[in-house]
Amino acid sequence: MRSTRYKKTNRRQAYEAKRRRRSNIIAAISTAIAAAFLYILVPLTPGWSKVKLSFFNWDVLVKTFPKLLDAFLLNVMIFAWSAPLIAILGLLIALARNTQSPALFPLRIFGATFTDVFRGVPVILTVYLIGFGIPGLGLPRPWNSPYIWGTLALVLTYSAYVAEIFRSGIESVHKSQRAAALSLGLSERQAMRDVILPQAIRNVVPSQMNMLIALQKDVSLLSFIGPVEIFRQAGVFKSLMANFTPYVGAALIFLVVTIPSTRYADYLMARQMRARE
Amino acid sequence: MNAKLQLKNLTKSYGKTTVCNGIDLEIEQGQMVCLIGASGAGKSSLLRCINLLEDIEEGEILLDGVDISTPGFDPQKVRSRIGMVFQSFNLFPHMTALDNAMLAPRRVLGKTRAQIRPEIEELFHKFGLADRMHQFPNQLSGGQQQRVAIVRALAMRPEVMLFDEITSALDPQLVGEVLDVLLMLKNQGMTMVLATHEMAFAREAADVVCFLKDGQIVEQGPPSQIFEAPKQNATQSFLARALK
Ligand SMILES: Nc1ncnc2c1ncn2[C@@H]1O[C@H](COP(=O)(O)OP(=O)(O)O)[C@@H](O)[C@H]1O
Ligand SMILES: [Mg+2]
Repeated sequence: MRSTRYKKTNRRQAYEAKRRRRSNIIAAISTAIAAAFLYILVPLTPGWSKVKLSFFNWDVLVKTFPKLLDAFLLNVMIFAWSAPLIAILGLLIALARNTQSPALFPLRIFGATFTDVFRGVPVILTVYLIGFGIPGLGLPRPWNSPYIWGTLALVLTYSAYVAEIFRSGIESVHKSQRAAALSLGLSERQAMRDVILPQAIRNVVPSQMNMLIALQKDVSLLSFIGPVEIFRQAGVFKSLMANFTPYVGAALIFLVVTIPSTRYADYLMARQMRARE
Repeated sequence: MNAKLQLKNLTKSYGKTTVCNGIDLEIEQGQMVCLIGASGAGKSSLLRCINLLEDIEEGEILLDGVDISTPGFDPQKVRSRIGMVFQSFNLFPHMTALDNAMLAPRRVLGKTRAQIRPEIEELFHKFGLADRMHQFPNQLSGGQQQRVAIVRALAMRPEVMLFDEITSALDPQLVGEVLDVLLMLKNQGMTMVLATHEMAFAREAADVVCFLKDGQIVEQGPPSQIFEAPKQNATQSFLARALK
């Protein structure tokens, strides 16, 4: 009985492996054909030789790549200190919007206004207004640093989005969980901290991953107010060498970071979907 | 002598719909009271009011003769004396069964894990859950989950337990193990109020049965009276359908 079942699963697995191999071969062939077409057709376009020289110049890439990597380190640093601030502020705003007591109405209004404003304005505008506006007050060093105010602009904008995601996570926890916690004698705060938030946060991890990926890219917007991060550095090289290849190099560096993280976020999302079923 | 729990003219409405309409009920220490009635009759609402999960508009809820429904009365104090188990989604899915049961004693009573663990482990043993303590809710059957939920409520050493259709979401073969736990509690002298669709159980185990309709207690009495000689037409027709 047992052994026949094993045999059957073995046969099924063999069959499915064969089918997978077949579809992999078909996919490989069609991809190769598409690539060949691109490889043959694109160079036939009238401007290709010029584009190739100014965007895909191997020598320029090799020369500028190490410096681009150095500049990318600045992106990573700005990202690294912004992300925790965003997580904390986002959570606080979400909690503020979720308060029940009438006395805390101003807090709810503040939370709602905050999210409306910072989700309603393009990030680049917020970066400009805060990044130029506040140092424009003539503050002494180091309080005129674009790092501080650029970071603030990113933190404010992203907190608004992150807060909304946390809030949807809090709402996704079944109402009975709160009732169960309260019925045990826990206070509202304890119910939130020990019962609702841990579940809410877990539910929104994939969505927040996507916010992190977006943030990693938007750090480049700070280049407009001063910091020489990777985009700005690529711009400097472009002017120096009259060649666009550094931008392509910068894009490649971004992709190396963002593609795996996007894949990972998708994987988490899919796993969560399966768990829900 | 005072009743353990006494409801006087308890009235609660959501907007225009009155879900508890002048409920009067006396529950003696150690009694098991079963609330029966069609879905929407107001059984859950009544239990939620007793546990102060809902504010009431009129009436009194006396626990040991003290009105706990007066505005300003600390609901947390009351809830740690009255345990409640719901139909479903009781357990906290991110904690093991043991942590579920230890949370309230730790947070509300300020005990340490070490202080309460022996007592709570004993509860798990007593209710046949010794080998389930370290599992997460999603690793437990529906019946085991409900039993853990009962253990968790008992961990607060409540004086009264409220049960809201705790077997309604279970597969039929799992209902028995949960009802057995209720019988154990009754034998230990726990005061209990339960909303239930298990008519056979109510008939066998209840001291008092209340038939609710449209937020009112239409008829109450010992099970022999309610099930064998109901006086009201509404009770008769409900039972005719429920016992079919
Ligand atoms: N939060 C609520 N808001 C509005 N109406 C409600 C709410 N909860 C319950 N009700 C209504 O109150 C009535 C009684 O419901 P409930 O107490 O759940 O009855 P039962 O438990 O006997 O099925 C129903 O008509 C229901 O629709
Ligand atoms: Mg109900």
